[in-house]
Amino acid sequence: MSEKVESLIFEISSPGRTAVSLPTCDVPETELPSDLTRDDLPLPEVSEVDLIRHYIRLSQLNWGVDVGMYPLGSCTMKYNPKVNEVATRLPGFARTHPYQDHCSVQGNLQLMYRLQEYLQEISGFAAVTLHPSAGAHGEFTGILVMHAYHQANGDTKRTKILIPDSAHGTNPASTTMSGLQVVEIPSDERGNVDLAALKVQCDDTVVGLMLTNPNTLGLFEEHLLAVTDLIHGCGGLVYGDGANLNAILGVAKPATLGFDVMHFNLHKTFSTPHGGGGPGSGPVGVSARLAKFLPGPVVAEETESECACGHAHPDHDDEPCYHLVMPEASVGRLKAFYGNFGVLVRAYTYIRMLGVEGLREVAESAVLNANYLQARLKDVYPIPYGDRICMHEFVAQGEIEGAPDVHALDVAKRLMDLGHSHPPTIYFPLIVPEALMIEPTETESKETLDQFVADLSQIAEEARTNPELLHEAPRDTPVGRLDEVRAARQTVLRWVPPAS
Amino acid sequence: MSYVPHTAADRRAMLAEIGVESVEDLFCDVPQQHRYPELSLPEPLSEIEILAELRDMSEQNADLDHFFCFLGAGAYNHFVPSVVDHVISRSEFYTAYTPYQPEVSQGTLQSIFEYQSMICALTGMDAANASHYDGATALAEAVIMALNVGRHKKKRVVLSPSIHPEYREVVRTYTQGMGLTIVGDDDPANDLQALQTLIDRDTCCVVVQNPDFFGRLSRPAETQTLADAAHAVKALLVVVADPISCGLFKPPGDYGADVVLGEGQALGNALNFGGPYLGYFACREAYARKMAGRLVGETVDSRGQRGYVMTLVAREQHIRRERATSNICTNQALNALAAGVYLAAMGKRGLRQVAELCYHKAHYAAQRIAALPGFELADDALFFKEFAVRCPLPVQTLNDELLEEWGIIGGLDLGRFYPDRAGQMLLCVTEMNSREEIDCLVEALEEIVETWEEREEEHDE
Repeated sequence: MSEKVESLIFEISSPGRTAVSLPTCDVPETELPSDLTRDDLPLPEVSEVDLIRHYIRLSQLNWGVDVGMYPLGSCTMKYNPKVNEVATRLPGFARTHPYQDHCSVQGNLQLMYRLQEYLQEISGFAAVTLHPSAGAHGEFTGILVMHAYHQANGDTKRTKILIPDSAHGTNPASTTMSGLQVVEIPSDERGNVDLAALKVQCDDTVVGLMLTNPNTLGLFEEHLLAVTDLIHGCGGLVYGDGANLNAILGVAKPATLGFDVMHFNLHKTFSTPHGGGGPGSGPVGVSARLAKFLPGPVVAEETESECACGHAHPDHDDEPCYHLVMPEASVGRLKAFYGNFGVLVRAYTYIRMLGVEGLREVAESAVLNANYLQARLKDVYPIPYGDRICMHEFVAQGEIEGAPDVHALDVAKRLMDLGHSHPPTIYFPLIVPEALMIEPTETESKETLDQFVADLSQIAEEARTNPELLHEAPRDTPVGRLDEVRAARQTVLRWVPPAS
Repeated sequence: MSYVPHTAADRRAMLAEIGVESVEDLFCDVPQQHRYPELSLPEPLSEIEILAELRDMSEQNADLDHFFCFLGAGAYNHFVPSVVDHVISRSEFYTAYTPYQPEVSQGTLQSIFEYQSMICALTGMDAANASHYDGATALAEAVIMALNVGRHKKKRVVLSPSIHPEYREVVRTYTQGMGLTIVGDDDPANDLQALQTLIDRDTCCVVVQNPDFFGRLSRPAETQTLADAAHAVKALLVVVADPISCGLFKPPGDYGADVVLGEGQALGNALNFGGPYLGYFACREAYARKMAGRLVGETVDSRGQRGYVMTLVAREQHIRRERATSNICTNQALNALAAGVYLAAMGKRGLRQVAELCYHKAHYAAQRIAALPGFELADDALFFKEFAVRCPLPVQTLNDELLEEWGIIGGLDLGRFYPDRAGQMLLCVTEMNSREEIDCLVEALEEIVETWEEREEEHDE
């Protein structure tokens, strides 16, 4: 085995080692019910130094935003400010229990209330819940809310959710979970929703349309207002997948564009780290008519004179009191407690440090960076909608003239060998063959982007002159291409001790 | 501050390359009347200023660095060894995303594989996924999995009333469009035997919590009987379990569970006012391919080396779209990493020691509180680290006094979720509570009640 491969924690275990020191029992002991206790607990036994070295070595096998560019389309892998990490670890936040009396967590509730307000202002929506844990969780919320609205109006025959073919897979999956029916809408030749196809589906069975805007091709819907009008015209609602909000922060408010519901991805747009796949946070904003259906609890502000909690607030007489309340016709709880509070603190910190000008600069630079890359790569890789101005991302194709055996996968793998960038998202959106979905984000400098162009140009050249370099890539990573078919067929999902 | 590195010269050069005059030209597709709307947010703050503001806000809270805490009910004050935060603060871990490209993600993948392995060891199950959002959503996904296992023909779900009330609520929210019949939790008196009578041929799963919401432990043989009854009609037994309790007590895999899940926060994650946490989820081999969420599996690379990949992805939304097992797209990877580091740091002996400390301290506290005039234990049952106490004063009154006069965060007012348990406080004692803290709580409760009674007497005179 290569030196770069790290043993499993179980394999460095040795009986009798430990990495913690715990206090001795300072109370009289109570007899344990022996018929309930377990005999063996097969966890590893390691020393603290071995434990730390193990995990530090594992960390070194990872690529992260702090290592280099991470242009994973649709994931908004922007820089994660370090002050956010300090903020969320303040003991006054991190060491509070969710069931403490609200009077003893006013700081938390105030932060949540303000964040609700900021997100409302940024999006133009009338109400926001911070409750959902992630984007997909927010989508599911949005669908439940739209459905509940129609049900409350006695409009019970609405069961269809319209979803463009360019949508994220979570959109149809969330719809099915809600017990509703998915109807796919094709895209037109300019990457927009096909208006004629949409019109055919617009009737009194439509719950709503789920629209990602800018869409997953990185394009702003050219007929957006016509689309939202069509849906509203048949009594449906428009759900906005806010995955791509980074492109229009401060430049447009989704609510004024005709959206009725939208989820935010705090881990994309508002700089909270992706954590290797989570935790995220997926607050949902809605127009006034949908507010009462939101999941909760949400935070409400009451001035002390109206405060119904019956508690005195001697420390801050003139301060408002914040409460957790359940919206009156809520679709229910989607998780225990209130939301991913630790993530909310980070997003709050980011918004407070950027302000209006900073947020606009984010969108403008994200779009500038994407268009710059698109312009420079246009002659190197096919870009199906490259004649249009893109938003925060664009989709190229890993199809290189003169290199018929080279695929998007090979381009991605070779990029790893060059060592400057994580590969883009590949094979998504599904409607573009050999897709390379590139989202540079606003935090990459021109020099970094130029290096990325140089790398992709070099790879295109290699594809023609030395395709083996691509097919055998990556060679300089800790492991080579992994056998995914074997992983799925001969499933090994946990470590088992070798037979002695 | 916007973390954007561009100089004016960079911007000019980039615009020239694109062939537009200004950045505004890039937004030509946004309907003009809606472009650059009025936006009103507070003036931006510098790092010094925002940290000062946040410190002020955070100090308005009563936090556990400054208050003794006896509150649990699904979120627990357990010790987090220093190594945990050190590891999860490595930015190679926290600034990465879903390991779509395994060659540059072995750190995340291997750490999840190890986490899955340790969760299996803890629960006595064969397979574990990379985690859900929290314990409550893990339970909702288990119910949906059971529905899928029964091919949507069996639509009855039996829930114990002593499962965390918010978990039961989440199950209902998640499944509201699936036409399920949920029974069992409408009567708080339903015990394991009563639940057994509710199982019929239409039942896809039976769910119990052990230790339950009130801290009570059930005997393995009793749960096994329930499991047998469920299995007789091809229903699954789902057990919600406190992972710390599994360090000491028989794992649910030993008494018939098909799925074991729960809140993993106790494993090395801060309380964080309720999130982010992680829902751990483990099951028997037979159901591994029916699980929702991310799974990491072992394989080999082109050089013959061992490596790890996300596997069985054909279940997932980005491939199957509307036919996926769930809409879940992420896991709580960083929280799962914390849980993995925690379990590895504690190890075989440490976790048992933590669980034993909880057990002994909770029993000491229970005994002392039950000896106070007016207080008594609400349940005559074996328990782990939580117990319900009948109180002589309203729980809210006691908690207000404890907080304001004694610097103690008291237990949960059970009347909030269970009207039949009004006047009962659910207390939680962990390895974090020293004997001194427990004695202080006992003294406080005694004095609060005495003072109250004296005041009442004066009032009567």
